[in-house]
Amino acid sequence: MTTDLRPSRNGPPPASPAPARPGPPPTWRSRLARLDVKGAPYAFISPFYLVFLVFGAFPLVYTLWVSLHDWELASGTRKFVGLDNYDYLLSDADFWHATVNTLGIFALSTVPQLVLALLIANTLNRRMRLPTLFRIGMVAPLVTSTAAVAIVFTQMFDKDWGMINWAIGLVGIDPINWSSSRGWSWAAIAMMVDWRWTGYNALIYLAAMQAIPKDLYEAAAIDGASRLRQFWQITVPMLRPTIIFTVIISTIGGLQLFTEPVLFSVGTPNKMDGGPMHQFQTITMYMYDNAFGHDRYGYGATVAWALFVMIIVFSLINFLAVRRTGGTK
Amino acid sequence: MTTLLAGPGGRTPGGRRAAAHPGRYRGLWNASPLTYLTLVVALALSVFPIYWMIIVATRTNSVVADVPPPLLPGGHGGDNVGRLFDNPEAYFAKGLLNSAIASAAVTVSTVFFASLAGFAFAKLRFRGKNGLLLTIIATMMIPVQMGIIPLYMIMVKLGWQNHLQAVIVPFLVTGFGVFMMRQYADQAVPDELIEAARVDGCTTFGIYWRVVLPALRPAAGVLGLFTFMQTWNEFMWPLAVLSPDNPTVQLSINNLANAYFKDYTLMFAGTSVAILPLLVVFIVFGRQIIGGIMEGAVKA
Repeated sequence: MTTDLRPSRNGPPPASPAPARPGPPPTWRSRLARLDVKGAPYAFISPFYLVFLVFGAFPLVYTLWVSLHDWELASGTRKFVGLDNYDYLLSDADFWHATVNTLGIFALSTVPQLVLALLIANTLNRRMRLPTLFRIGMVAPLVTSTAAVAIVFTQMFDKDWGMINWAIGLVGIDPINWSSSRGWSWAAIAMMVDWRWTGYNALIYLAAMQAIPKDLYEAAAIDGASRLRQFWQITVPMLRPTIIFTVIISTIGGLQLFTEPVLFSVGTPNKMDGGPMHQFQTITMYMYDNAFGHDRYGYGATVAWALFVMIIVFSLINFLAVRRTGGTK
Repeated sequence: MTTLLAGPGGRTPGGRRAAAHPGRYRGLWNASPLTYLTLVVALALSVFPIYWMIIVATRTNSVVADVPPPLLPGGHGGDNVGRLFDNPEAYFAKGLLNSAIASAAVTVSTVFFASLAGFAFAKLRFRGKNGLLLTIIATMMIPVQMGIIPLYMIMVKLGWQNHLQAVIVPFLVTGFGVFMMRQYADQAVPDELIEAARVDGCTTFGIYWRVVLPALRPAAGVLGLFTFMQTWNEFMWPLAVLSPDNPTVQLSINNLANAYFKDYTLMFAGTSVAILPLLVVFIVFGRQIIGGIMEGAVKA
């Protein structure tokens, strides 16, 4: 039968659907009312399903179909090639190169980002003056446009004119050619990502920290636990679900990284290359370049599906890893 | 006075000056100079790039060669913005207009359809509700970009390539929005109110419009804010489906970066104008944005 006979939380028991029950002679008006009660919920939720089916679910599944083809829009080629694209993907050095770049930038950005966010949240979680000012300041980066900020950072990381090389020069470090080497370009892009997302994660952690009962800390303090110990043994374990959430969100975002590296390539002939040696080309850029740059939609779709699978696998791995750390004793 | 133990850092009922709280909380919640130092440094780092962008936008191009870099705005902001709008390759005015239209349309539509569906899931009874709600939660996990290639093919089939509806229609409502509104409606709208309206002869849509939507206003505001920001900020999909002469504002600054990547003041004037609406939103609604993030109402 139907699914929901339970009363909604703390509400009264469900009212009997009296108005809709057909009286002896069903009048035109009562039929309409009945249709309204029965039909309205479906009418209300249908726009979402319509949009999602056409522009969300169908494209995702269709990506799989396209990936089984040699599919070009410009030339009109459309030939079924089975798993050839996947076969090629496995031995495609460029794809794996982009994968290593993506994972490298992902690791370089996510770990410091979440650790810093945790520390900032812990700091924000004290009684202080002007708490709102500090919190608002932390999310300023989130409320900017990624493309705009990527351009600003790219200038700041400029080899000759950038402020960052000037600043590290003050403490006697030689200028770094940020965009030319693989490691430094990853670091520069990771810093853009960190700048944007650290405050957001800090606020999420802060919200979770405020829900931790204070008597836990009280008891620990009585037992003589130091602040640091309280942080590691109470705060961090209590935050585990939140940490899992932020790790998964960062994984999904990090593996799809696109805007920052694309704009970090200003001044190069093809911005989807990620530098002349492809030193910071991410998987998403590679996918984009194949499809929209070289009219290889079939292979682009293959890369998209590989990325999708990778996101699921990494989210799962991270989920399990975080759940285990500091888990059962 | 009394204890005043509100949440740490939270506002206390009697004002923020909670002079006397029990001694054992001192070490835990009292901010030390080190705390303030940490926070001030973090604050400076998070605001500085935005500030620097505005400085450069108001100066002449020699700014990049200055040592040390200038820290105060100059008087050339007007010139730079003028050059920006005169620039034939950026299509800047068009980009701004396109972004404004697309963001407004997506925001209004998302708030409307998401609150409508959220109301249905929270308060109405119908067959298959739980299963459908589960599918909505599942859709939240799927990044739209994964389907970008077929999405593009659909646009080609529809003839929407390089038309503004290509960046509007696929985003008219999101699973995330529906889910968020459901969560809020579940708590914010008393069942009695709905029953009463029904007894008074309200249609279901009438109940939504007169009873539910007003009650959902705070959540609708947060959803609207973030939908607007997200649409304004979108880069990859417009880049794929629009051409450089019919850009969104993000593509306009991308045009500038392609052609004039050494003309920093021009580029920074562009980025400043491109984030202006976001900064206004941020300054006016900063508290609501923080509230939204901290209630978990906002997905990255």
